[in-house]
Amino acid sequence: MRNHLVLRVIAKLLIPFILVFALYVQFHGDYGPGGGFQAGVIFAVAFILYALIYGLENARRVMPPTWLRAGTALGVLIYAGTGIATMFLGGKFLDYSRLAHDASHGQHYGIIAVEFGVGLTVASVMVTIFFVFAGRQRLTDEDPDEENGA
Amino acid sequence: MLAHLPVLQVILPLIAAPVCILLRRATLVWLFATVVCVLTFAISVVLLVQVMGGEPIRYELGNWVAPWGIVYVVDSVSALILVIVSGIAAVAMPFALRSAASEIEPDRLYLFYTMYLLCLAGLLGIAITGDAFNLFVFLEISSLSSYTLISLGRNRKALHAAFQYLVMGTIGATLYLIGIGLLYALTGTLNMADLAVRLAPLLDSRITLAAFGFIVVGLGLKLAMFPLHLWLPNAYTHSPSVVSVFLAGTATKVSLYALLRILYDVFGVRFDFEQQPMSALFAIVAVAGLVICSLVAMYQQNVKRILAFSSVAQIGYMLLGVAFATAAGLQASLLHIFNHALLKSGLFLAVGCLVLRTGSSQLANLSGIAREMPWTMAAFVVCGLSLIGVPATAGFISKWYLVSAAIEKGWWPFAALIVATSLLAVIYIWRVIEVAYFRPASDRPAGSPPATEAPLSMLVPTWIIAAANIWFGLDASAPAAITARAAKALMGAGG
Amino acid sequence: MTDLIIGLYNYWIVIILMMVGFYIVMSRQNLVKSLIGLNIFQTSVFILYITLGKVTGGTAPILEKGIKLYSNPLPHVLILTAIVVGVSTTALGLALVVRIKEAYGTIEENEINRMDNES
Repeated sequence: MRNHLVLRVIAKLLIPFILVFALYVQFHGDYGPGGGFQAGVIFAVAFILYALIYGLENARRVMPPTWLRAGTALGVLIYAGTGIATMFLGGKFLDYSRLAHDASHGQHYGIIAVEFGVGLTVASVMVTIFFVFAGRQRLTDEDPDEENGA
Repeated sequence: MLAHLPVLQVILPLIAAPVCILLRRATLVWLFATVVCVLTFAISVVLLVQVMGGEPIRYELGNWVAPWGIVYVVDSVSALILVIVSGIAAVAMPFALRSAASEIEPDRLYLFYTMYLLCLAGLLGIAITGDAFNLFVFLEISSLSSYTLISLGRNRKALHAAFQYLVMGTIGATLYLIGIGLLYALTGTLNMADLAVRLAPLLDSRITLAAFGFIVVGLGLKLAMFPLHLWLPNAYTHSPSVVSVFLAGTATKVSLYALLRILYDVFGVRFDFEQQPMSALFAIVAVAGLVICSLVAMYQQNVKRILAFSSVAQIGYMLLGVAFATAAGLQASLLHIFNHALLKSGLFLAVGCLVLRTGSSQLANLSGIAREMPWTMAAFVVCGLSLIGVPATAGFISKWYLVSAAIEKGWWPFAALIVATSLLAVIYIWRVIEVAYFRPASDRPAGSPPATEAPLSMLVPTWIIAAANIWFGLDASAPAAITARAAKALMGAGG
Repeated sequence: MTDLIIGLYNYWIVIILMMVGFYIVMSRQNLVKSLIGLNIFQTSVFILYITLGKVTGGTAPILEKGIKLYSNPLPHVLILTAIVVGVSTTALGLALVVRIKEAYGTIEENEINRMDNES
């Protein structure tokens, strides 16, 4: 799809907005509908769109698989780390109230940290899944749409 | 930190799993995972001691009080399961170093350990949680990681087996989810203790009945209850040896535990056995599974497959104990969960040693192997005797309790049946022993490599389990005391 | 009678989807098709949960002044978890199908079974 000028321009225009929207969903998640799962998926969509238009190789250059692997692991660790931190602050596992002097502030900080971890993992996993499937060597030639399709 | 042990039990392997991805180097990851497994086992032992010395431990996650938040509950039943699961996981780790390296591609090893720890975290989570929906999440964590673990097998059949397990397992989990959804619609709560209270006046409702059916069938699929066991033989046969050890020792038992939890703690004994014909259902399913799968096991040509069918048959014993609907029967079931975990993982450990040295678990490749691998085969014989239920082995203890429970209940034919099916076990275990001890090595297919005794890193775990089989056969006071208390707790809770 | 059919239409949709999905899983030989069936089966459960959370006349469960009646948010949260599980299952299932295709050269279950039995 590299040769379609319209697609390339539209994608370039859309991707920043998708990323910003993902961040909005991510950080608005503690007040309104949203949160890490949705934000992570939207964030990943930006990269998947990029890979669809500009090709897998370029996308891999933008987001190397090593980073994705690290992101997958780090997200879970941020989540669990928040829980451990509250334990060291004298609370129970994931007892966010301990994170600040004021319990409701603590809940805010806690949920933002945890949702960030979730978002990071979900985004990394989604992009990884796409890369792995798309990068798989085709063994058969019974897929004529391959050239002009995905 | 002692107060946080219930949550550490689950999150320790859960946190360790992503760390494995970051470490990447196979040996380093193995070392790290081993330390984590041993620590997890230590935590579970401490929890068991704490619980046996006092009241059940409750841990509210995020300090949200019971019906609203998720609670982890450690009582004598869950503590027992935690010890079994983390114990088998810890023993299998030293074994995994050589066994996994020989059966799994080197660049995938770190992912194998990641999945192993995730599976462990999931299984422990099922055992410890007091929340019906949380149980589903942990069920899926453990299932998804075990599909991956099974698909790592060398043979391409492993892929097909993993796919079949994935389809069946997902159907099972989804049916469970429907059941929980119906219960939630009826009561507005997901906490098991709270569910039991709110469900008590609603037991005649048709929605309760539907939920009950969905949950029993769903978890029945997961625990390989007889007609729903079709995924199990292939999954255990084609998975890497370590995975067979771990899953055969733990996975189905934990699902059975989940079923018992829901049956006894949520629906209550009266509903299960007086209003619903669970006694008859479990008895029929158990007997059919015992007889048919033992017979099928006799005709298999692959040792792992023999053991896999035997696993399905042995689940019959556990269900039979539950079918008696007495505290003694339940105790026998729980004892058999413990003893079967010991003996079946011991058998699979021995087979893992054989696979490492001969490259196959086909009976034909094992002719006369006992002369080259005497220690491995001796461990196989010890655990095999335990499976049959010979006195002075762990398997005897649970069968003894089971027979006494059958007699106490007045179900004489079942006592006879337990003895008769043990004879079937003699036949299929004898087939392996006969081939390994009494056939000449020249019977092996041409081109088989000469075998030598398995390395110490694999023999030691095998013999730890084999020795445990003898130890708990000679002195069963500890498991008997724990299971007696656990059975009483389960029977009392719903009464 | 109309109440039973139209008044409970969401439950009927759940039941129909559930049975359609289940039938596809059981009857199809093509592994991708059985995964699709599995997905439909799971989706029906998602709809069941979301149906349970709806409160007649209630709005979205967001804290705003002047809003008293809102839908129960808990089933939505639960089902978000189940959706994530479903996505993981589908991804893993498809990954297995890709590997099966590479190893066997086919994704028809009966052919795979035949090859399994031969070796």
